[in-house]
Amino acid sequence: MTLHNPSVKSVQTTDAVVATGVSKVFDAAGVTALDGVDLVVRAGEFVSLIGPSGCGKSTLLRLIADLDEPSGGTLQIFGKSAKQARIDQDYGIAFQQAGLLPWRTVAANIELPLELHGFPKAQRADRSRELLDLVGLSDFGQRYPDELSGGMQQRIAIARALAEKPNLLLMDEPFGALDEMTRERMQTELTRICAETGAAVVFVTHSIPEAVFLSDRVVVMSPRPGRIETVVPMALGPAHERGDQIREDPTFFSMVTAVREALHQGAPARGTDNR
Amino acid sequence: MTAPSALDAPPAVRPARGRGTSPRANLMRIGLGAAALLGIAVVWELYKWLGPSDGLVIGEARLLPRTSDLAMPHIPDMLTRLFEPVTRADGSPPLWLEVANAAAVTLGIAAVGWLLGLIVGLALSLVMVRWRLAESSLMPWIVLSQTVPLIAFAPVVRSWGSRIEIGAFEWQDWMSVALIASYLAFFPIAIGALRGLQSPTAMHNDLMKSYAAGWWATLIKLRLPASVPYLLPALRLGAANAVVGAIVAEVSTGLRGGIGRMIVQYAGQASGDPAKSWGPIFGAIILGLLAAGSVALIGGGLRNYRRAEVSA
Repeated sequence: MTLHNPSVKSVQTTDAVVATGVSKVFDAAGVTALDGVDLVVRAGEFVSLIGPSGCGKSTLLRLIADLDEPSGGTLQIFGKSAKQARIDQDYGIAFQQAGLLPWRTVAANIELPLELHGFPKAQRADRSRELLDLVGLSDFGQRYPDELSGGMQQRIAIARALAEKPNLLLMDEPFGALDEMTRERMQTELTRICAETGAAVVFVTHSIPEAVFLSDRVVVMSPRPGRIETVVPMALGPAHERGDQIREDPTFFSMVTAVREALHQGAPARGTDNR
Repeated sequence: MTAPSALDAPPAVRPARGRGTSPRANLMRIGLGAAALLGIAVVWELYKWLGPSDGLVIGEARLLPRTSDLAMPHIPDMLTRLFEPVTRADGSPPLWLEVANAAAVTLGIAAVGWLLGLIVGLALSLVMVRWRLAESSLMPWIVLSQTVPLIAFAPVVRSWGSRIEIGAFEWQDWMSVALIASYLAFFPIAIGALRGLQSPTAMHNDLMKSYAAGWWATLIKLRLPASVPYLLPALRLGAANAVVGAIVAEVSTGLRGGIGRMIVQYAGQASGDPAKSWGPIFGAIILGLLAAGSVALIGGGLRNYRRAEVSA
């Protein structure tokens, strides 16, 4: 087994995610979480899913990750079924909580997926060193998670998600539990990491500025039943070439306004929570 | 932007466990323990001095014990008795040695019982984790098993055991005692291990699923390490239970050589030598402490598995 997949080039030409008429009904609760969702995420593209609570954005992410199965429609990840993509480790995933294993050192946490897939020890150590460099925590490999701050833990979780050089990164509100300052730093860092890895990203968030800053396209969703309201393309240049200064850019504010208006279009009339 | 700044400086490094491990904190703990022991001794002697000599009896029930030397020997008497010979016969060893030998026998049997309880308890918890149906069908029986009175149960085990003879293997009486000890030990271990194995959060399980990790890989990399903080107190409880089980089983099966039998035997001689009967009781207490303490040593080696989980 090797980390350098020769088929990467051909994979890059395929769309990362193709969802066609995807729906999800939770039988036990009788709730329609998603209804007829069509979405294409191109290779290397950064797409955010935004919407009020209950709009199914996390559900959609879980379907892409094959942590849940859709009730209807089809879902293709790099031209494969979601299950096959999961088994082939085509994606890396990060959640709102870092979810590091407290009994493992930081380096051993990053190496967990590699260990599970039988990579030799030397290769694992090389890769975790590379990734610690990438997330700027080179000196912390032998520390334990409880010795790290929340922001640092989240960076380790992102490094872990990148361990097998996936072409797709799935992130479920990864910065949701962080304070505002740490959060902005993490966003800048993420654009840099994405530029270096060239992975496509599906990013679930509650925050409009966060979605605007990070994304090539922002997918605005509405609840009951969860579906895609509109897709707002960001006219801010390629996502991974952006720096902190863009937060002060007038175009940035107009993009924030565009997303906010798209969010509020359907929502207030239904009396839903919109923030 | 790579260097970690003051913004996300790590919290000060602290010991993995909340409780102090500094020499001063250790000294404090030992001091408190000694003070508690001394306190019990003082209360004992005070009651013996001030209490009514015939105790307090209301109706049929004796609420407070007699304070006679027969019922409550002086503590110095009990301690000095430990260093006197067991009997007046020539060459009789000191009492403490006889007690220590008996305690060692019981400890050995209890250890076998504990190990057996560990194996059975872990196996049960694994089965219950693997199949939800097993949990709902096994759990009532596991709880029920602990309501069977040991005194009724011990002679049955012994008589069944005495009929076992497979080839060169012959059931020994001490095996019955070990079996009964394991019967008490497995319960907390099974319950503790089950809780521990089920302790990983939904997110951790999702993460393992995203790695396409199978049930065994998830067990070894996630569930077992996560169960350690739950398992260690359960093991300690199991050790104490194994000692109690071994002592009670020795009494009710009449096994010679252990401390259970010695307690009964010396109690019979209490009218002539009241301080002597307290020797094996002290022995049993130290035995229990020793058993629980050895499990604490295991915990020391697993310190990294006991780091509290911290969320971002």
